[in-house]
Amino acid sequence: MTASGTPAATGPASVPHLDVDPFDMNFFADPYPTHQRLREAGPVVYLDKWNVYGVARYAEVHAVLNDPATFCSSRGVGLSDFKKETPWRPPSLILEADPPAHTRTRAVLSKVLSPTVMKQVRDRFAAAAEERVDALLDKRSFDAITDLAEAYPLSIFPDALGLKAEGREHLIPYASVVFNAFGPPNELRQQAIARSAPHQAYVAEQCQRDNLAPGGFGACIHAQADEGAITATEAPLLVRSLLSAGLDTTVNGIGAAVYCLARFPEQWQRLRDDPTLARNAFEEAVRFESPVQTFFRTTTREVELSGATIGEGEKVLMFLAAANRDPRRWDQPDSYDITRRTSGHVGFGSGIHMCVGQLVARLEGEVMLTALARRIAKIEITGEPKRRFNNTLRGLDSLPVTITPA
Amino acid sequence: MPAITFIHPDGKSDCVETSVGESAMQAATRHGLDGILAECGGNAMCATCHVYVDESWLARLPAMADDEDALLDGTASERRPTSRLSCQIKITPELDGLVVKLPERQV
Repeated sequence: MTASGTPAATGPASVPHLDVDPFDMNFFADPYPTHQRLREAGPVVYLDKWNVYGVARYAEVHAVLNDPATFCSSRGVGLSDFKKETPWRPPSLILEADPPAHTRTRAVLSKVLSPTVMKQVRDRFAAAAEERVDALLDKRSFDAITDLAEAYPLSIFPDALGLKAEGREHLIPYASVVFNAFGPPNELRQQAIARSAPHQAYVAEQCQRDNLAPGGFGACIHAQADEGAITATEAPLLVRSLLSAGLDTTVNGIGAAVYCLARFPEQWQRLRDDPTLARNAFEEAVRFESPVQTFFRTTTREVELSGATIGEGEKVLMFLAAANRDPRRWDQPDSYDITRRTSGHVGFGSGIHMCVGQLVARLEGEVMLTALARRIAKIEITGEPKRRFNNTLRGLDSLPVTITPA
Repeated sequence: MPAITFIHPDGKSDCVETSVGESAMQAATRHGLDGILAECGGNAMCATCHVYVDESWLARLPAMADDEDALLDGTASERRPTSRLSCQIKITPELDGLVVKLPERQV
């Protein structure tokens, strides 16, 4: 416990204080024992290291996500409170906004990434997945992160957006900065921001209308300005949201799925026997690995949450990954089961801010895993997987594998 | 407790007990019913809890919001005049006996 000035120590129903740092390298290496500690300590905890409240059980994470009036996003969804600190970049018009402003921008991106649009791009995405498997079958031994989890989304998403060919190497580093910046002012965040200038310059430039090919997601966003749904100055910032959150997340999602299927051969065999399970195998990997581990909210008023009183202006850290393995909600939460009913997991969030690109992610995951399951008999891990460290994202840096053709 | 009947594409049907306040989708997934995926968990964002509502019940359902209307344009099985997303059908005592048909596909 720290000195008695901390808000949590004063309330009648005292919230348990933990000395956990959920942004520490040791934590990232194996977060699961700490997730369990956080869940079991109580429905609401207080983390002295960063002076924030935390929720790690499914019920409370779901409740916070679904009460945006009390737990707002406009003061930042990272540790930094935009009311007290200047954000490192102009705030997002959708992620870091509350209704009613959010409602308008959200409607635009929902339309651009709708189920109808997914039907139009499905064949193209599926053909690219087949081509990727062709290339992998030629190699036999490769790094499943760079050659598969990164290469596949890179082969379709920038084109779908309508980006120019030059400069795409900035995309993953930019996303890495964005997701590191949600964390506390640790080395990961400070270094990421310090090195971000060239990536930021690239992204700002590509968001402009003239740089986006007709028919792509980016051009569709700008077209919404013509319709009067958003202003011409808002459009580039909404394109930026797709550049920030549309690539690295799916890289980590597909990486998670391949890592799961390589680690659990009986699940791989089930997928081989019935490739129509591909979409759920991807979804279950998003639950099991939770590529996006955490997000913050800020309280707009004093609120009681599961018996804990939280004052106004407090940061609340939601452990999405811990909620996705909460035994109060899930049977055998630590098992990867491709036939599980995954509906309700919070890997994409929940409520008004739930991932607006979830349909793109599922489509990429489904067609990629379908192509793998149809044409590959076996995936073997042939070297020590290396973890990539990020304040928000969980994923691997490299996963050496050897595949056997079907 | 209001009950809903879900009719599968093969003609078999499941009668599901619901609770007032939950959605038809939640009732279906709680009972492990095949044919309702609800990938987004009930946030009106994915169109995978599509149902065809029996015509005699259609007028008694809550009105359709714009986002639901837009999502129904992208359903995997064809949209019909009776199409709704079951996550947007909140159960009330008046909906006791509701009959819905499940589409061939949700994705």
